[in-house]
Amino acid sequence: MSALQGWLARLGRESIGWALPVILLLAWELASRAGLIAGNVLPAPSAVAAAFWRLLVSGELIANIGVSAARALVGFAVGGSIGFVLGLANGVSALSRGVTDTTLQMIRNIPHLALIPLVILWFGIDEEAKIFLVALGVFFPIYVNTLLGIQSVDPQLIEMGRIYGMSRGELFLRVILPGALPAIFVGLRYALGIMWLTLIVAETISASSGLGYMAMQAREFLLIDVVVLSILIYALLGKLADSLARMLERLSLQWHPAFQTARS
Amino acid sequence: MTTAAIATLRTGHLTTETVNRVTQREPRASAFAFRGVRKSFGDKVVLDGIDLNVEAGTFLAIIGKSGCGKSTLLRILAGLDRPTAGALDVGSEDGTHARTRIMFQEPRLLPWARVIDNVAVGLTGLAKGREAKERAQALLAEVGLADRAGEWPSVLSGGQRQRVALARALVGSPSILALDEPLGALDALTRIEMQGLLERVWKKQGFTAVLVTHDVTEAVALADRVVVIDKGRIDLDLEIPLPRPRRHGAPELAQLEGRILDRLFGNGRV
Repeated sequence: MSALQGWLARLGRESIGWALPVILLLAWELASRAGLIAGNVLPAPSAVAAAFWRLLVSGELIANIGVSAARALVGFAVGGSIGFVLGLANGVSALSRGVTDTTLQMIRNIPHLALIPLVILWFGIDEEAKIFLVALGVFFPIYVNTLLGIQSVDPQLIEMGRIYGMSRGELFLRVILPGALPAIFVGLRYALGIMWLTLIVAETISASSGLGYMAMQAREFLLIDVVVLSILIYALLGKLADSLARMLERLSLQWHPAFQTARS
Repeated sequence: MTTAAIATLRTGHLTTETVNRVTQREPRASAFAFRGVRKSFGDKVVLDGIDLNVEAGTFLAIIGKSGCGKSTLLRILAGLDRPTAGALDVGSEDGTHARTRIMFQEPRLLPWARVIDNVAVGLTGLAKGREAKERAQALLAEVGLADRAGEWPSVLSGGQRQRVALARALVGSPSILALDEPLGALDALTRIEMQGLLERVWKKQGFTAVLVTHDVTEAVALADRVVVIDKGRIDLDLEIPLPRPRRHGAPELAQLEGRILDRLFGNGRV
């Protein structure tokens, strides 16, 4: 099979997921034009597209997406790295697990969005508030899945590594970490979902910039097309983050039977 | 082997004494020796005083019913367990500690490493980079998998995976290879093929092989010496002085096999 043919076949396979949204969009536009959906309930896709163009030209959209993306990434980096490091430590060391796991499991049972009033009291509506909430939300899926991944590494493989004289560092890099990677990716994708969710809620309740703020402002002025646009952009950003994670997953889990494509 | 010995084997009146007598050859250096080795886990005594001296280059088979302590014996030999009492001497000519490798019933390959990198795991601390790759490739050729070096383990069959595990165990040129029922999970035909491969590399590389098995036919087909363990003690120690390659189903093999089975099950009083 030539490279071009393979590429086209892949494009066909991957674009099939977009067929349904496109059909829904067309139906929606037709229904709006026919007057079946009132404009003040749900604007037509063309009205949303017009709002998109207006905000794009004014620069407002890019600025708000930038602010939201920065919050998401910083919060994710902070919460994700703490969760990853603690997950590794608790997976490898029984002492570390004994000291911290009970506490972490207790905190995990508090919905992190319940902390919003407290966070507003602590940080006001500054950046720290949003970053703190995102970090907290992202922390647990990464922590739990990293820990689970390390604990589920086949002990027979670890014994094998010891027999062949691997040092602790080598054992970790060549056996434990690759073995835990599939579970870590599950945690990563789950955390990305939580990241957007937390950010939307936080920005909707308390913010002076960002996508959530843009949507809330638009609601005040009854700009329903902008509200719908914000929601769509959240959906697209979420999908983008998930696609990136899946690409990373495919690249690093080539050995996994679930990711092996048939060779020609 | 003398003609008298063959005659003895043919007539079927075979005792430990006659078998031992016919194998008088130059005594070779000891590969390892268990001296009064005992092992207990809590109250349960698994090994109850094992004395076993094995010459370098021997193919030794250890047979026993499940739970007799044969796997524990092997784990002590491989340094995975320590004896509760007694000692294990593992010597080599130059006085350095002999390298022991162990192969298990399951191949224990790293699923995230290519076949060749799995073999190179056997060179941890011995060789790196290009040299490691070359040695690993040579061993893969030895076990007949030269063309599969770049594959993931998940696409190999059970027998092929076990051959990769064999290559990994041998790539560091061990002086002792401990085999814990390595063929136990394979189908009958693959087993026979693997037995041939095992015998071939053992002859070529000259390591001391210690094969734990519950398959008496396999033990008799491959080993120079068969040790039967029962209730943590050596119950029977038998030399197998038959020429190689041994033919599957030969009457001499069947005769020895019968003796060992009789011993295991108390002369038919099952």
